[in-house]
Amino acid sequence: MNEPILSIRGLRKAYKSGTEALKAVDLDIHRGEIFALLGPNGAGKTTLISIVCGIVTATDGVVLVDGRNWRDDYRHARTRIGLVPQELTTDAFEPVLNTVSFSRELFGKPKNSAYVEQILRDLTLWDKRHTIMKELSGGMKRRVMIAKALAHEPDILFLDEPTAGVDVELRKDMWALVRRLRERGVTIILTTHYIEEAEEMADRVGIIRLGELILVEEKNALMQKLGRKELHLELAEPLTAVPAVLDEWDLKLNDGGTHLTYTFDGKAERTGIPSLLAAMRDLGIGFKDLETKTSSLEDIFVDLIHGGRIA
Amino acid sequence: MNWRGVWAIYKFEMHRFRRTLWTGLAVPVITTSLYFVVFGSAIGGRMTEIGGVPYGAFIVPGLMMLSLFTESIFNGSFGIHMPRFTGTIYEILSAPLSAFETVLGYVGAAATKGLTVALVILATAHLFVPLTIEHPVLMLLYLALVALTFCMFGFIIGVWAKGFEQLQVIPLLIVTPLTFLGGAFYSIDMLPPTWRQITLFNPVVYLINGFRWTFFGTADVAFGTALVATFAFALACLAGIWWIFRTGYRLKA
Repeated sequence: MNEPILSIRGLRKAYKSGTEALKAVDLDIHRGEIFALLGPNGAGKTTLISIVCGIVTATDGVVLVDGRNWRDDYRHARTRIGLVPQELTTDAFEPVLNTVSFSRELFGKPKNSAYVEQILRDLTLWDKRHTIMKELSGGMKRRVMIAKALAHEPDILFLDEPTAGVDVELRKDMWALVRRLRERGVTIILTTHYIEEAEEMADRVGIIRLGELILVEEKNALMQKLGRKELHLELAEPLTAVPAVLDEWDLKLNDGGTHLTYTFDGKAERTGIPSLLAAMRDLGIGFKDLETKTSSLEDIFVDLIHGGRIA
Repeated sequence: MNWRGVWAIYKFEMHRFRRTLWTGLAVPVITTSLYFVVFGSAIGGRMTEIGGVPYGAFIVPGLMMLSLFTESIFNGSFGIHMPRFTGTIYEILSAPLSAFETVLGYVGAAATKGLTVALVILATAHLFVPLTIEHPVLMLLYLALVALTFCMFGFIIGVWAKGFEQLQVIPLLIVTPLTFLGGAFYSIDMLPPTWRQITLFNPVVYLINGFRWTFFGTADVAFGTALVATFAFALACLAGIWWIFRTGYRLKA
């Protein structure tokens, strides 16, 4: 059971124009986890998902679904996988129930009205089952896209930006749904722009930039790194250099010597702040103001996508 | 085989046809009636029999073929072009369906509609002229073969076309002129010898004459030749579709 449910090896996509949308990505997805793929627009998130789902052809590399090659054994792979694409693409004139039943049948599953009804009820779509798609609001269409993806009972679900352009209430609904799916044993891979979403939902986080997966980390471990705090001191008088006595705090002098920054572990019992302030008082270094700041996933993310790396 | 998947696509397409059922059927009935009013009554009265067949009856296979070509290409191309246009193709591509199964669903449905229209034309024509079909089984088989072939041709156009106007280009600018010049309404024996030679390069001549042979037992070209030509076109379309799915041409990035 420890074998990854999805194993991506050296997956690469280069277009004829020379654009390299994916640069040999390696990634393992564990059974039953929620994995969040974070990255700015054009980073390759959708390309990665599309290749796994069979919509885009890979230039190189392989995907194993439960150890089986996704191209040689495409029926097995595709039956296991459900996809909710980013774009709201629907058949305008089809009623909700028909379009969801169509998806189930397309994937070769026998009719199961009770199951389809359950999905529609879970997504609060049951009352709208006879409404044609073009009469639904954007949020409702998004729910139908999810219902379609779940119709064939996949155990791996890809959600490409599931909450883009969705109001707060629906976003909370989606999060609850994703958790319920995970409880049922569905493995979920979601892409998102919202860092809070990754923080809220994911077991692990992957960050992708310019077609490269630059970080894959347990969310909690990442949060530990994020648990680092900074103390900013605005000095009364500018300093030319940090006095040697203060070396043990590894301070940084910024803004032409007017600001001191001390980085510490916010979760540690001893932060070192009182002793630092005492030592500064002894040296006669006064300050006008102080503030502490927690680096958020957002800071790390912004830092990473601008080319920085986590140590 | 994912028969359920094939059936899902087939039903989806047939459902689309049902939404426009009455216009879909009224058009061939009205068009056929108009052709008979113009060609059958106004001109037909002045025409002699062609190869022992009264003119009114002579044009029936051509009329059926003309509509079958147009319908098959239109439905075959529209069926696959719509999901490409709206983006719902993602679902077809991510489903556990082989290329053969996907094509079977779309082409099967388009061919069903094409055949229905052709048979409605036959029934309408029967109201205007007495008709006896010499080889009814062969006629139906031949009709089905042509319908499938042109639906596959339509499928290729539907994948190739970048917009709705391109869907129209080949049917309007190539197929319809070739059909009119291919002996739908006359025997190529009536043409001057040079034009007759040129006309023999028109593939539609073989399709129409092969079909006409199943009605009357006589035609401008031998039935065997017509059959070979039709199969050759069917194989060319199959090869085109095979290539599309192998390379992912305009279906997959």
